[in-house]
Amino acid sequence: MSDKELTKQVTPKFFREHQESLYQSLEDKHTTVEMLEDADPLSTKMVLNMGPQHPATHGVLRLILQLNGEIIEKAKLDIGYLHRGVEKIAENKTYQEFMPYTDRMDYLAPYSNNVALCTAVEKIADVEVPERAHYIRMIGCELARISSHLLWLGTLVMDAGAVSFFIWTFREREKLYDIFDQIGGHRFTISHARIGGVANDLTPDAVSMIKDFVDRFPDELRDWHGLLDRNRIFIDRNAEVGVLKTEDALASGATGPTLRASGYAYDIRDFEPYARYDNIDFEIPTRLEGDNLARYYVRMEEMQESIRIIRQCLDKMPKGPVRADNAKQAYPSKDEVYYSMEGMIHDFMMTDTGICPPDGTECYHAVEGPKGELGYYIQSDGTGHPWRLKINSPSFANLQVLEDLLDGEMVADTVVIIGGVDPVMGEADK
Amino acid sequence: MELQLSDTMRTALDGLSDAHGDQVVEIRQSSSDTFVRVKRGAIVEVCRTLKEELGFIYLSDIFAVDRFTSEERFEVVYNLVSLKDRLRLFVKIRLEEENPEADSVYELWPSADWFEREVYDMFGVRFRGHPDLRRIYMPEDYDYFPMRKEFPLLGIPGSIELPSTTPDTE
Repeated sequence: MSDKELTKQVTPKFFREHQESLYQSLEDKHTTVEMLEDADPLSTKMVLNMGPQHPATHGVLRLILQLNGEIIEKAKLDIGYLHRGVEKIAENKTYQEFMPYTDRMDYLAPYSNNVALCTAVEKIADVEVPERAHYIRMIGCELARISSHLLWLGTLVMDAGAVSFFIWTFREREKLYDIFDQIGGHRFTISHARIGGVANDLTPDAVSMIKDFVDRFPDELRDWHGLLDRNRIFIDRNAEVGVLKTEDALASGATGPTLRASGYAYDIRDFEPYARYDNIDFEIPTRLEGDNLARYYVRMEEMQESIRIIRQCLDKMPKGPVRADNAKQAYPSKDEVYYSMEGMIHDFMMTDTGICPPDGTECYHAVEGPKGELGYYIQSDGTGHPWRLKINSPSFANLQVLEDLLDGEMVADTVVIIGGVDPVMGEADK
Repeated sequence: MELQLSDTMRTALDGLSDAHGDQVVEIRQSSSDTFVRVKRGAIVEVCRTLKEELGFIYLSDIFAVDRFTSEERFEVVYNLVSLKDRLRLFVKIRLEEENPEADSVYELWPSADWFEREVYDMFGVRFRGHPDLRRIYMPEDYDYFPMRKEFPLLGIPGSIELPSTTPDTE
């Protein structure tokens, strides 16, 4: 083909400018892309589109890979397939109304997202949260972390070729769903956190289910370690694949296990402790290699640490109320709403206007979600709606790292590397 | 308002005012977060000092705020983290409504790539010196900036052609 310019070779039908600029950006970085008609495809350069609906892309992620034979020369990510405008929605809802939307962002760990928004609102509106609620939140967050890591583990091993493992991790997730059902009345999108506390206390059933899970889960983990740690196929697929050096990880903004697997122990639970993490003993697992296997070890150890945290929380959890007892700041309990006029009025006021942080204040609060730093920036104009609410989502940051991580890797490893970074598109494409 | 700063934060802010005293417009605290507003032309220099001398080596996020009816409509906020001193500092610049443009900090933190693209996509703030300023969520031929306050919640009807649902006939 005589025409060396890539943009002239492709004829996009929809969103023409968008497609062209994507290919243009690939060209700017490298030499022209040759697509010879009769040559061996493995010895020529070509542009490969993966996704947006590839089963391995964990949602709607489109990768545009410029290949030289089997090696990826440059990868570009296109993430604009799911834009839901949650930040725009947030500006038109009260703080509590927006909370269920956070469930649907990182839908693999809804509880962490709820807590992230609520703690940010509590910080800006200066709401005091009862001690017991903090511990319930921590238990919920750590269960959510295990649940998210379990799905990551199942899909990672599935990406590497073993399907039955996925069923085993889902069996454990199923138990977690049952626990969440007991805690908040929902299996998937729990929406259990409230501004000023949580919706309801842990039932005795929930506590015993959590205890049961905490006792049995380490055995499962041990079995999985036994299966994978010395597994030839698993090691070969993951060791020295997608290596991210410490300085690159910091420069390109990696967060969560992706950063910690590259050797930096940056964990919000330790960096700016929220809830009662400063009362709890836990380690931050880190690895120095920065490859996919390191990310595997970090997440596996994090699950172990989460179990440790839950155990301590169950021991230390004091008795008492689970929500702030101030009708201007938090929803009243349902007993008050149903049996007293005051309670009903306050419930109505909370739903109608909600909590109003002072005019002109702004705050940023981050929690350590399963995927990394999940932060909410809120700017208030004194009304019940945030003037600006910005979500700093870990998947977005990690996907950006993925763009650099893929350069120089083999095409066959793309799927495993995406799995290792563990993106959730609902969160990246906000 | 009296600032209540930790010792490490005070050291960092002193270091910043020593180097760029005339560029700092305002230092304020709100809900225990510290925000430093600097002049818009100085952002790269201020960030360089913060990164290279004061330890803020990690850029967590860049985002914008639409101040709508106020003077200097757009505010771009840089969320910087000093891992060594355990500090988080927000640096702000304000941009005018017509043709907002700021200098890119890509050369300091490569992670600014997507963050700046997001700000550009949502607010129309352009970054000088950004290597690849494309829209990140919206299609390239989209003429509007959705996070601006005047953009309607329901979107602009007919603003972009939907793909035809009839299958290709080839």
